[in-house]
Amino acid sequence: MNLTLYVWRQKNASDKGKMERYDARDISSHMSFLEMLDVVNEDLTEKGIEPIAFDHDCREGICGMCSLMINGIAHGPEPGTTVCQLHMRHFKDGDSIYIEPWRARAFPVIKDLIVDRSAFERIQHAGGFISINTGGAPDANALPIAKKKADLAMDAAACIGCGACVASCPNASAMLFVSAKVTQFANLPQGRIEAAERVQKMVAQMDLEGFGNCTNHYECEAVCPKEINIRFIGQMNREFMKAKTGLG
Amino acid sequence: MTTTATKTIPAGIAGQSSYSSIWKKILMAVTGISFMGFVAGHMIGNLQLFQGQEKLNDYAELLHHLGGLLWIVRGTLLIFLAIHVWTGIRLYFQNWSARPISYKRQESIETGLTSKTMIWSGLGILLYVVYHLLHFTFVVTNPEYAGLTDAAGRLDVYSMVILGFQNYLISGVYIVAMLALAFHINHALPSFFQTLGLNRPSVRPWLKRLGTLAALLFFFGYCSMPAAVLLNIIKLPGGGN
Ligand code: HEM
Ligand code: FES
Repeated sequence: MNLTLYVWRQKNASDKGKMERYDARDISSHMSFLEMLDVVNEDLTEKGIEPIAFDHDCREGICGMCSLMINGIAHGPEPGTTVCQLHMRHFKDGDSIYIEPWRARAFPVIKDLIVDRSAFERIQHAGGFISINTGGAPDANALPIAKKKADLAMDAAACIGCGACVASCPNASAMLFVSAKVTQFANLPQGRIEAAERVQKMVAQMDLEGFGNCTNHYECEAVCPKEINIRFIGQMNREFMKAKTGLG
Repeated sequence: MTTTATKTIPAGIAGQSSYSSIWKKILMAVTGISFMGFVAGHMIGNLQLFQGQEKLNDYAELLHHLGGLLWIVRGTLLIFLAIHVWTGIRLYFQNWSARPISYKRQESIETGLTSKTMIWSGLGILLYVVYHLLHFTFVVTNPEYAGLTDAAGRLDVYSMVILGFQNYLISGVYIVAMLALAFHINHALPSFFQTLGLNRPSVRPWLKRLGTLAALLFFFGYCSMPAAVLLNIIKLPGGGN
C-alpha cells in the first residue's frame, strides 16, 4: 500500500520545527509501524534527506521506548498496543497519517520525534524503590499476600513508563504513571514501610517537573499500551491523603 | 542531559503540602461537593413554589429566622466558593501551560464536552451566582421588588419569583445558567468519587450515570419553575398578571 505521511521534523531542541510531507511507497500490511518508518528512512537516505529520528528499542512492546502520536492518538489507533506492535494492516491504502512527538512541557523534544523523558527517571529516583537489601530469593509463600492485593500490584507494575498517559492527557498530567509506580509498592507489605514517604516525594517531584494536574478525562487509560487502570490514581490520592494526615 | 536543568526536590518539600497537585484536586472535590448539597437543598426548598404563596413565603421566613445558623452556612459557602474558584483557575492555567506546543491533530477517546469545559461552566455558574444574589437576595437589579409583602405582611418571595420569571430575559439567563450547572455536575459528581479514591472499575459506569442523572434532575427541577411561570401554570396571587 501507499501512504502519505505528515511528520514533525525538528533539528534539535532549540529548532522551531515543522510538519513535512513524505510518501511511503510499497508498504506491506505485515510490517509494524516502525518497520514502515524504516522503509521511509531508507528512501529518504537515498534521496540525501536526513532520516526521521524516532525512539525504539525492544520492538516487542516491553521497553516503552517507542513513543509516537499517530493521527492524534498516542501509540496509534489500536488499544493496548505500543507503536512497535502496531501493524500496518490497521491502515488503508491511500491513508494520510500524522506523526508527532509526545507534547508536554516536561518532555522537551530532542530531535524530530524523540523527546526527553528523563523527568520520569527523576520521579522514580525520588521514591520509586524499596530501600532494603533483599538478600537471596525468599521462600515462596514465606510472606502471605492476599491474591487481590498481589493482582493489583502486578497490574500496576505492568507500566512500562512510555509516557503515553502524559502525551494523551489534555492537561499533560503524569498521574497515571506516578500512580502505577506508587501503588505497585503500596499494595505489597514490603512497600508499605516507606509508603507515606514515597507517595509524598514522588508527587512533589512530579509537580516540580511541570506536568499538569489530572482532571479525570481518562484519556491516559484509553491509550495506555499496558491498560493501566485509573483506579490507581484514586489509590494514589488516598495514599497521599493518608500520608499527609497521618491517618490510616 | 539536554536542555532541562537538573531538578531536585528542595529539602523539606515533601512537607509543603499546599503546593501539591493532589491537594488542589482534593480541595476542588470537597468544596465542590458541598455546593452540590446546597444546590440540592436550594432546589427542593424552592420547588415549594408549586405549593403556593403561603408555603413558599413560610419557608423563606423560616430560613430568615435561622439567624446565626444561616450566616454560618452562607459564610462557609462563600469561603468554599472562593477556594473552589481560585483553585479552579490556578489548575486551569497550570494545565494549560503544561503543554506549550499543541498537537496538529489530537483525538479524544474517553473524555467529552462537559469534561473539557469545566472552567467555562464553572465561570458561567459564578457569573450567575453574582447576578442571582443581586437580583433576589440584595434586590439591586430590580429594586421594585423590595417592598413586596403578602397578606400576612411578610416578604413576598412568591410574587418576587413570579415577577422575575415573567421577564423572558431573566428566565432565559436562568435557563442558560442551569445548563452550565448541568454540564458542570455531569463531570463533577463522578470526578468527586475518583479524586477521593472511592472509585472502582465495577462502580465506574454507575458513577457516570449518577452524574448524568443528577445533572438532568437539577436542570429540569430548576427549569420547571421559570417554565411554569412562562406557561402561565403559576400565576401571581389574586389572578393578577
Ligand atoms: C454550584 C456550583 C458548583 C458545583 C456544585 C461544583 C462542583 C464541583 C466538583 C464536585 C468538582 C470536583 C471534581 C473533581 O473531584 O475532580 C468541581 C471541579 C471544578 N470546578 Fe466546580 N462546582 C461549582 C462551581 C464552580 C465555579 C463557580 C467554578 C469557577 C471557576 C468552578 C470551577 C471548577 C473547575 C475548573 C473544576 C475542575 C477542577 C479539576 O477537576 O481539577 N466550579 N466542581
Ligand atoms: S520499542 Fe520497546 S515497547 Fe516499543
